[in-house]
Amino acid sequence: MANFLLEIGLEEMPAQLVTPAINQLVERAADFMKDNRLQYGEIKPFSTPRRLAVLISDVADKADDLTKEVKGPAKKAAFDKEGNYSRAAQGFARGQGLTTDDITFKEFKGNEYIFVTKFEAGKPAAEVLAGMKDVITSMTFTTTMKWSRHTFEYIRPIRWIVALLDDVVVPLEVLDVKSGRQTRGHRFLGQSVDIANATDYVDDLAKVYVQAAADERKANIVSQIDALAIENGWHVEKDDDLLEEVNNIVEYPTAFVGKFDPEYLELPDEVLITSMREHQRFFHVVDENGSLLPYFVSVRNGNAEHLDNVIAGNEKVLVARLEDAKFFYHEDQKHDIAFYNDKLNVVSFHAKLGSVASHTQRVKALAAIIGRRVALTDKQQQQLARAAEIYKFDLMTGMVGEFDELQGVMGEKYALIFGEEAPVAQAIREHYMPISADGELPESQLGKVLALADKLDSLLTFFAGNMIPSGSNDPYALRRAASGVVNILHDNEWDLSIDAILTDLISEIKSENTRFGLPEDVVTNLDSVVDDVVAFLTDRVVKSLQTQKVRYDVINAVTTGTLTDTTQMFKSANALLAHIDDENFREGVESLTRVMRLTTKNPTDVAVDSALFENAAESQLYAEASLLAGSDLTTDELLKALLALQPAIAAYFDQTMVMVDNEPVKQNRLASLQSVSNQANKVANFMALDVKSN
Amino acid sequence: MSAKMSVQDIILTLQKFWADQGAMLMEAYDTEKGAGTMSPYTFLRANGPEPWHAAYVEPSRRPADGRYGDNPNRLYQHHQFQVVMKPSPDNIQELYLDSLKALGIDPLAHDIRFVEDNWENPSMGAAGIGWEIWLDGMEVTQFTYFQQVGGIQVDAVTSEITYGLERLASYIQDVPTVYDLEWGNGVLYGDIFKEPEYEHSVYSFEKSDSEMLLRHFNEYEAEAKKLLADGLVHPAYDYILKSSHTFNLLDARGTVSVTERAKYLSRIRNMARSVARAFIDERKKLGFPLLKDEALRAKYLPADEEEN
Repeated sequence: MANFLLEIGLEEMPAQLVTPAINQLVERAADFMKDNRLQYGEIKPFSTPRRLAVLISDVADKADDLTKEVKGPAKKAAFDKEGNYSRAAQGFARGQGLTTDDITFKEFKGNEYIFVTKFEAGKPAAEVLAGMKDVITSMTFTTTMKWSRHTFEYIRPIRWIVALLDDVVVPLEVLDVKSGRQTRGHRFLGQSVDIANATDYVDDLAKVYVQAAADERKANIVSQIDALAIENGWHVEKDDDLLEEVNNIVEYPTAFVGKFDPEYLELPDEVLITSMREHQRFFHVVDENGSLLPYFVSVRNGNAEHLDNVIAGNEKVLVARLEDAKFFYHEDQKHDIAFYNDKLNVVSFHAKLGSVASHTQRVKALAAIIGRRVALTDKQQQQLARAAEIYKFDLMTGMVGEFDELQGVMGEKYALIFGEEAPVAQAIREHYMPISADGELPESQLGKVLALADKLDSLLTFFAGNMIPSGSNDPYALRRAASGVVNILHDNEWDLSIDAILTDLISEIKSENTRFGLPEDVVTNLDSVVDDVVAFLTDRVVKSLQTQKVRYDVINAVTTGTLTDTTQMFKSANALLAHIDDENFREGVESLTRVMRLTTKNPTDVAVDSALFENAAESQLYAEASLLAGSDLTTDELLKALLALQPAIAAYFDQTMVMVDNEPVKQNRLASLQSVSNQANKVANFMALDVKSN
Repeated sequence: MSAKMSVQDIILTLQKFWADQGAMLMEAYDTEKGAGTMSPYTFLRANGPEPWHAAYVEPSRRPADGRYGDNPNRLYQHHQFQVVMKPSPDNIQELYLDSLKALGIDPLAHDIRFVEDNWENPSMGAAGIGWEIWLDGMEVTQFTYFQQVGGIQVDAVTSEITYGLERLASYIQDVPTVYDLEWGNGVLYGDIFKEPEYEHSVYSFEKSDSEMLLRHFNEYEAEAKKLLADGLVHPAYDYILKSSHTFNLLDARGTVSVTERAKYLSRIRNMARSVARAFIDERKKLGFPLLKDEALRAKYLPADEEEN
């Protein structure tokens, strides 16, 4: 039993990629050990900005032997006329590194075949582990680069590799880097060090000021920050993402406190926090009431020596930023919303799609359309119109120009300062939500409607401008916008037919395009992309249902039919899943499928004339379908009622021949069945359900 | 830090340091440009297989950043100390840190970090991977491994180190504004640059003649294209630089509508792509004279091609 250490020494990796990279290395190392039949105890991960390492304990001296039966040609092909082994049989044995003496016979699926039993002796551990080179080179990263004259790409240049089996170097080579026992310490505090034995790794690095275990380093940072908080009677916001990032930009952390002039506390909290967290990776400090204090906590990559310089430098940088922010905050307030809004006329929404100002005009129209459908009050509609009129003004302020991550946030602050009503201001902030596929959704009614309108106009116009995402190429984040639309609608149980809403907007655009500012060719395309936008949104529903591990046929049933209301798709999926084990489900679906197949293949537009009915079952089914059409049922109730049509449908087909020669009768029957399909289509495309396995 | 170095002492120290590492000391290139990267000593030389090591100070003009000499840090024209080493040496990070030591910045007395920052200049079709280098929280240098230049995947990776001289000097001299920096021999940065900063800001934002600039842009572009067709790489590149600066002036004046903006940038990008390609072709015709390694010569100048 031995211990194996593999360390990949790199130039500083991007902080957010370190943890995924070390997880990947552990996984690949484990796969490698398994594939190579080399037993071991456990794999311990180590990572810093400059190194990814694994220490594999209790590695067996050699890989497990392998005994494997290999099937050859059929027995009848294994002998020639003289009864000797045929060329095929000889070749097979030779190919396995054995002779015909090793051949045995066995039955396989009713026929006899020749077999050999192959034995592969496990190789010594050191020999196997030299193959770890492939583990290193097979790593994949979201950002890669090449360096020097190499064409090989990696997360950052590889500068050294340590590969030690106990005290022996395992030789391997990546590009021009050869493995050895020498690792590097902290860039400034430490120096290079030779590791005598794999198990000395952590202690040897500690001596050269590197805390290699990421979780222990993080705990160290937390305890240092907590100590400073207690010492000063503060509360320090230890944001998880920030802590993770800071942990991955230091090898030897020392936390310290800095301060800034309390005069800057007049700035909105978000401005102060953004300046500290996003720009400088500082933790902000609050009192027991959660109010910001004029201090920050940061973490140095080094020890406590000369900390004064570090503190002074960091304070100076922060003050420069806050001074800029203060300047913008005061300067911005010297104008009014109209001043900024006016500037949006010369800002392009997209080069092919006119200005941001005309985008907001379309969004205003669309917001009103949606507002009516979700029954906003007159007062809310007025506020919504105002919000839609001004919701991008903050993009033109100096503050958002400098701190673009504050878009919306500053919009709300400034709108309140400029005397707008609170719901208007809130909608301005919320219209960006959700900012990630599964992000937080707007809370206010106005915010929801404005967010929907903003996203839907983007989808419609970018599609009409032929800028449709393909593969991983989605430069305008349209998939995120589509997920946002689907999630907001779903969360609020808003049943909106997207095609109807977009069609309403398009007719407004066409009647008055000067105000809406779209180029002619884009306007011409609008009608034809509505279906594509609906399909694009439907695709997000598919993804969402897939993530919830919903059966594929249920997903197909709710997304391949005639539904254009994404919320209904979720409701239908839930209803189907709730009844999929009901006793009458299979029969019910089969009979609905039979009806839908007929009406899909033979569309008709005649009106049903009950005078043409020839039997009681015809009248009965039509009566039941008409009853469903006239009633106001939930999706669940409608599904149950549809499944319950099965006896009526069965009786119908028993007594009725649909495709008769008498054309009026045939059309009438198809129309009657269409009335059933119409109800079924409100729930799902039942034809897509796979009930055979039920 | 020892006695405070003047700006010119900083320049001299960096020049000496990088010359000792094998860099050629070049002079600033005499056509207006937005960054040291756009000097032909970086942009053109980054393509092709030939090694290239150079260091130079580049006055960099960004008309939209002009602040009439009022802002402590923002400038119409700032100075970059540019180092390009191609192919990137294995110890390039250590060399950079040694250069800070040469400036009297003891890493043990400060917090120096390599913070991810991937650089991209879409109008020049250039992109790279690298870091901002933070000195006690302040960005003082941009460090980039070029991956693509003029839309072309590079043959050999250039490591580019761009020191922001004003920032670095502000840190070293510990002054509140760039205008308080000592350039050299007791003369202040403000004594030299405050007036031009003011005048260039007035010109860029208020006085420039947009019609003339537009006309020039079109003429420069036409000239560049014509020269490219004639295989005259360097004159063509001068006109591309002029186009780029002329566009920056138009942009600062606020007369370019947003739709047009994208079009101008794409016109510059197209020229940048063509000139980068043409540079490689012309150097190849010359037999890549700076490429001495025999194996590499065989790779990039195969014998059967040379006969043609």
